[in-house]
Amino acid sequence: MAKRIEVSDLNIYYGNFLAVEGVNVSIEPRSITALIGPSGCGKSTFLRSINRMHEVLPGARVEGKVVMDGQDLYGADVDPVNVRRQIGMVFQRPNPFPTMSIADNVIAGNRLNNKGMKKSDAADLVEKSLRGANLWNEVKDRLDRPGSSLSGGQQQRLCIARAIAVEPDVLLMDEPCSALDPISTLAIEDLMAELKERFTIVIVTHNMQQAARVSEQTGFFNLNGVGQPGRLIEFNPTEKIFSNPDQKATEDYISGRFG
Amino acid sequence: MTATKAPIEPPPTPRAVRRPGDRIFAGSAKGSGIFILLVLAGVAAFLISEALPALTAPSEDIPGGEGLASYIGPLVLGTLLGAVLALLVATPLAVGIALYITYYAPRRIAAVLGYVIDLLAAIPSVVYGFWGLAVVAPTLVPFHVWAADHLSWIPFFAGPASTSGRTMFTVGLVLAIMILPIISAISREVFSQAPALHREAALALGATRWEMIQMAVLPYGKSGVIAGAMLGLGRALGETMAVAIILSGGAGATVNLISNSNPSTIASNIALSFPEATGVGVNTLIASGLVLFLITLVVNMLARWVVNRRADFSGAN
Repeated sequence: MAKRIEVSDLNIYYGNFLAVEGVNVSIEPRSITALIGPSGCGKSTFLRSINRMHEVLPGARVEGKVVMDGQDLYGADVDPVNVRRQIGMVFQRPNPFPTMSIADNVIAGNRLNNKGMKKSDAADLVEKSLRGANLWNEVKDRLDRPGSSLSGGQQQRLCIARAIAVEPDVLLMDEPCSALDPISTLAIEDLMAELKERFTIVIVTHNMQQAARVSEQTGFFNLNGVGQPGRLIEFNPTEKIFSNPDQKATEDYISGRFG
Repeated sequence: MTATKAPIEPPPTPRAVRRPGDRIFAGSAKGSGIFILLVLAGVAAFLISEALPALTAPSEDIPGGEGLASYIGPLVLGTLLGAVLALLVATPLAVGIALYITYYAPRRIAAVLGYVIDLLAAIPSVVYGFWGLAVVAPTLVPFHVWAADHLSWIPFFAGPASTSGRTMFTVGLVLAIMILPIISAISREVFSQAPALHREAALALGATRWEMIQMAVLPYGKSGVIAGAMLGLGRALGETMAVAIILSGGAGATVNLISNSNPSTIASNIALSFPEATGVGVNTLIASGLVLFLITLVVNMLARWVVNRRADFSGAN
């Protein structure tokens, strides 16, 4: 189920522009790893390179290795489509499919692999995934309504339900709470604490309190200046990062002296 | 009396400030709206008043001598046959072209292709007519023969095959090419506006490009494609010159697409018959025009209804 991810000497390019340079990191299974850092430092780019979503932009490529439990995700014979089926993603803005009902949204990913799913199986999976995302009680009476009829926080939990319905090995979250109010944020954070029992979770966040609250490990990204590549400055247990970081730059950032 | 009454009157509500720019814009927008309604009402009134004599005339005075219904009936059939055939051929093709341009083609090819397709719309219909007559019709004759041999069990291909190719089938194909740029331009526009948010959602679930298009692009663009198809259908229903040149029409009601005897279409029949029409004949032609007007109206209302049926799920909210 939950898998370890080993990243070694990863450089990420957009065309000729080196966006992220020299990332070496080991992401533990069944834990939450938070990535923090100022805007434009490459943390989202790095996150999207884990499930090869950055390749959606033309010209994007990487050098180096991303290995998930021995499987090289950038191997010559690896189809990015299969990588994305193993590594789920939740985006900054909630993005349920507006043309699908709540129930269809949940099983949209499963439909890709298994067109002829039985009705009862589909209903079971919808309930299980929505319960897993702490959304079942709020939507069970209107599963056939469009996903866009929900509030922002509910929509984001619907997206999490959709991502976990395909039982991925890893769940990537790209600032999942930055468009939500504090109550919805709390609901998502509680949910993450439950989900880490089953999944490897990597979250990008601008909210340092959130990183401190939810994560076991924290990585700090920074860049030296505009046009320079982003780098992983420090990667340590969250407690250490927020109390006694190794790097001066990390301490400056978390104490609010810059960024 | 008035003095005691005054206090119970509600205080005057503060009037919103009216700025001249707002008033001018609101007025001109309202004026434009009213103007288009007036034009439409004027056309409808003209058609109805001029068609009335034909409606009340004894049936032997109507050209053909068998009454208005049997004069206009075959024309309606011919109009619908050609336009629907054109729509059936053009819509899938246009959607395919639009998807290729927006999601498959390299950027440079996409730009050139889009420009070329738009150019199709700039060709005058009389040119299409002569091209259809001189090139398309002879080229399609072998298909007519083949269809009459092998598909004659379908009423549409009952035969006998036309040797000139000036058939409803040829007309339908030429009309399809004429409405292609309309449908593909609108489809392209809506496909390219499918939100990146939802396209990424599909890709992140492990969708291939085609699955992404099915999940996030086609549902989003559906109402736009329908709108484009209806615009195209409107053009095909009303197309006059190309049909008048290509079709050897004037025969009675038949759904046979490939023989020499085809029903004419309303618009081309008006164009061809109007110069020689007199008296009730003119009113009859105008009555057929009124029918075309009504058909187009119904088609557009149907399209609206289809588009609105699942408005909740349209992605516009």
